[in-house]
Amino acid sequence: MLSHLTDNLELWRIGLTNTVMLTALGVFFGFFVAIPIAAARLSSNKLLSKAAFGYVYIVRGTPLLVQIFIIYYGLGQFHKELKAIGVWWFFRDAFNCGLLAFTLNSAAYQSEILRGGILAVPKGVIEAGSALGLTTLQIFRRIIMPITVGRMLPAFGNELVLLLKASSLVSIITVRDVLGQARFIYAQTFDLSVFYIAALNYLIVVMIIEAIWRRLERRNAWLKYTGN
Amino acid sequence: MSATAIDRDIDNSQMHVSDEVVIEIEKMSKFYGAFQVLHDIDLQVRRGERIVICGPSGSGKSTLIRCLNRLEEHQEGRIVIDGVELTSDLKNIDKVRSEIGMCFQHFNLFPHLTILENCTLAPMLARQTPREEAEATAMRFLEKVKIPDQAGKYPGQLSGGQQQRVAIARALCMKPRIMLFDEPTSALDPEMIKEVLDTMVELAEEGMTMLCVTHEMGFAQAVANRVIFMDQGRIVEENEPSAFFNNPQNERTQAFLSQIIGH
Repeated sequence: MLSHLTDNLELWRIGLTNTVMLTALGVFFGFFVAIPIAAARLSSNKLLSKAAFGYVYIVRGTPLLVQIFIIYYGLGQFHKELKAIGVWWFFRDAFNCGLLAFTLNSAAYQSEILRGGILAVPKGVIEAGSALGLTTLQIFRRIIMPITVGRMLPAFGNELVLLLKASSLVSIITVRDVLGQARFIYAQTFDLSVFYIAALNYLIVVMIIEAIWRRLERRNAWLKYTGN
Repeated sequence: MSATAIDRDIDNSQMHVSDEVVIEIEKMSKFYGAFQVLHDIDLQVRRGERIVICGPSGSGKSTLIRCLNRLEEHQEGRIVIDGVELTSDLKNIDKVRSEIGMCFQHFNLFPHLTILENCTLAPMLARQTPREEAEATAMRFLEKVKIPDQAGKYPGQLSGGQQQRVAIARALCMKPRIMLFDEPTSALDPEMIKEVLDTMVELAEEGMTMLCVTHEMGFAQAVANRVIFMDQGRIVEENEPSAFFNNPQNERTQAFLSQIIGH
């Protein structure tokens, strides 16, 4: 079994890199897409809040694999139009399509985490910021967001781990992630044990994520003391 | 409602009240939807005055002082702070907020920042004060409220009384000319009330213009120039403390005072 690992080190390295990049970039970009979605959800503007709710509803209500197919195969049908507006280079690459699907998907889940966290920031703390003369944007960036992100760290860690495992779906649209490489080697050897190696890869990444998260939670020392 | 004694002599050498009017409220009314919370409030505050506002819960006293820095919006009448009228003009709101410091019942410290950072955040962001200068100022005020040694801790590690003193220091770091206190001791255990009141008395002794919503009658008697009694959104009675407590005119004031002093 180990010969599958040692003989194909370069393949596994590429696979692991693809998996980690897809997950990390998906969550990273997803976070920045999630901020305006969460803000829209919480907005008093009915249209904005409904639109954001609709987005979250559709994304959470459909399988990630379907979303990946729609972006990769579905948009592929419009390659003439996409070429005309000069974005075909992006959509012709399966990795990019997977990353886009992850970003849009994770944004929906993260926006809900953010929304819950923002609602849990005590109103009085926000008022204190206003009373001190801070602008709405300063209050959002320096008070609401750090409190929310700190409190929601466990939920974000959970989302990261879930997306890592869901990232294996991109192997279906020809991306050579960890599972993609496993399938490639399996096709040549018909030895099912390559999937143990794939599983081990994911486990190791999860362990690393958990170690990073423990550090992040330690750095937010205030969480230990917060009663309000 | 308690009456923690202010057991020290008040140094009134700097407690001058000037003739300059710093807060002018004219026929101000506030509504929540159809419900009117404040009715035609008229009030003038001169620089250096210390005003205590009391009244039963729901009487509008917190709402009144929250209108002064626009945490609440008024619908009718005028509020002018130091010559600046409060309207929906954001520039005016910013100007007024930088003049006014506020302390809340529940302290409302920023839980994710250390005590020192709580005090330096607003000066650095709203005033662009350089960090070193903001930290030096913060330490000076933390010394003033007697908790410089807690500067590196988080609010959750401090007692309620300490948190409220930090909140006072945080407000002072913006060098306000007026301080608003919204029931600053109501959420505190009795043994912590005194340390907060002592800090407020010191502030009064330095000539700060203060409006305090509080039921601490000992504090009112010791430092207030005027006590205002509110009921159902109206100013029912106002007088200097000795007359207010010994000879209340309005029967609602009499009933209120007999309740809080009676036990």
